[in-house]
Amino acid sequence: MMARRVDHLGLRSAMAERLTPILVGAMSFLAVLAIAGALAASSLAGRWSQDTGTVLTVQVPDPDAPAPAGGTTRLRAVLDLLNVAPDVSAVRALSGAEVNALLRPWLGADAGQLALPVPAVISAVLSGGGEPDSLRAALDAAAPGTLAETGARWAARVAALTGSLQASALSVLVIVACVASAVISVATHAGLAQRRETIAIIHGLGALDSDIAGRFAVRATLLAAAGAIIGTGCALPVLFWLAALAAPFAGVLPGQNAMQLPFALWVALPAVAVAAAVIGWVTSQVTVRGWLRRMV
Amino acid sequence: MVRFENVWLKYRHEGEASLASSPDVIRDMSFDIPEGGFRWLTGPSGAGKTSLLKLMYLAEHPSRGKIELLGTNAARVSRREAAMLRRRIGVVYQDFRLLPHLSAYDNVALPMRLARKAEGQVRADVTELLRWVGLSGKLDRRPYELSGGEQQRIAIARAVVGRPKLLLADEPTGNLDEEQAERLMLLITGLNGMGTTVVVATHNLALVERHPAPRLNLLSGRLVDDG
Repeated sequence: MMARRVDHLGLRSAMAERLTPILVGAMSFLAVLAIAGALAASSLAGRWSQDTGTVLTVQVPDPDAPAPAGGTTRLRAVLDLLNVAPDVSAVRALSGAEVNALLRPWLGADAGQLALPVPAVISAVLSGGGEPDSLRAALDAAAPGTLAETGARWAARVAALTGSLQASALSVLVIVACVASAVISVATHAGLAQRRETIAIIHGLGALDSDIAGRFAVRATLLAAAGAIIGTGCALPVLFWLAALAAPFAGVLPGQNAMQLPFALWVALPAVAVAAAVIGWVTSQVTVRGWLRRMV
Repeated sequence: MVRFENVWLKYRHEGEASLASSPDVIRDMSFDIPEGGFRWLTGPSGAGKTSLLKLMYLAEHPSRGKIELLGTNAARVSRREAAMLRRRIGVVYQDFRLLPHLSAYDNVALPMRLARKAEGQVRADVTELLRWVGLSGKLDRRPYELSGGEQQRIAIARAVVGRPKLLLADEPTGNLDEEQAERLMLLITGLNGMGTTVVVATHNLALVERHPAPRLNLLSGRLVDDG
């Protein structure tokens, strides 16, 4: 009876107790998936860009023919050139078996059996990035027709795809935040309509707008945070399942925990609840203050 | 204390872009009530008594004219200042307007809690006031558990618990029998005797005659008699 924090506005029964957390929970579920998708895309793209962007693949046609400079084969001339080239390391000529294994999916049989002229393939690591145009010219001079390819173009495409995915995820987050805000606003309006007479009385007794808005905001904040926690909790099993599915692409080795979530995601999960709480607080404050201004 | 200068009031109805088409409910009203004064507010139904009281407790803004309340120009106050001004004005509504989900004690304590008074002071003042209005045994009762007269006394206690400088009462005896009405008037005149400015709107001319005081007599939104 004499408790100081008495519920003057009777908000415990005025604001939608069940619907608001459920709807905010659904929004939070989507937000968590969007964040996880953005983080996964970023992580995978980083890994793929790093791998493809630094690999240098050199094809030397007719590798056993004498090099134009003489004294050695074309393959040897190219290998010597790569071994002394700056920014190039881990130079290694693929064995015939390795080349056959690479070609088998396209040819359907070993290249040797088909009597096709197969170039020698050299794998190397290129540091520094960019396209090695001067190296290409030198290789072509050492063994005419030699092709040098890097994964830079693929890396650029992967980066563009990742950027698109992250922009999409951001759009989803913005839409989810707007919908959550709309849900809170509708719930607050319903609470205001239900307590219109009470609010008018309290207002007439000298309650400040901040008194009334604050009580709605506390309620909305708690309901939104509760909904976000429920939604995030529901998303966790889905995240673990997706993590297990993505494990082969994420470089998870056999024996490692395939359901491990990235650290950034663990940070983002509580942030969803915090964001929902902030949306609840701000939306209800703005809604109630605007409503009060229209009332008197 | 309370000064009206050429005050007009129109109500804006929902969906109306302007006030131009609305009728005037208060027309060119001017009067002055000194500090500690008592005024009856009389007139037939629809004369504008409740609208005039609403202007006095800042529930409505005049469409024209100037209102000065407790030394403050009501048109120039911020929303926060208006709330502070309302805390110095006690209002007894015709329909009591008690909060049904709160006990009698909490209803009376509400103005003090809104003013963030210490709970010890709230307890002392509310208990004393409820004893004064004869309801010390019904602190925990909800309004719907009380009779009309008891609810009216709760409303009076709530209106005066903040020691208002101005007490406004809209048909405070409308739901009471004669004995209860008389008892209520003794409470109100007692407060007036302690320096509170009082305005009481009523239809009950017999009550007015039993408690002679200057009248603001309204007719169709106009003040036809001041004195």
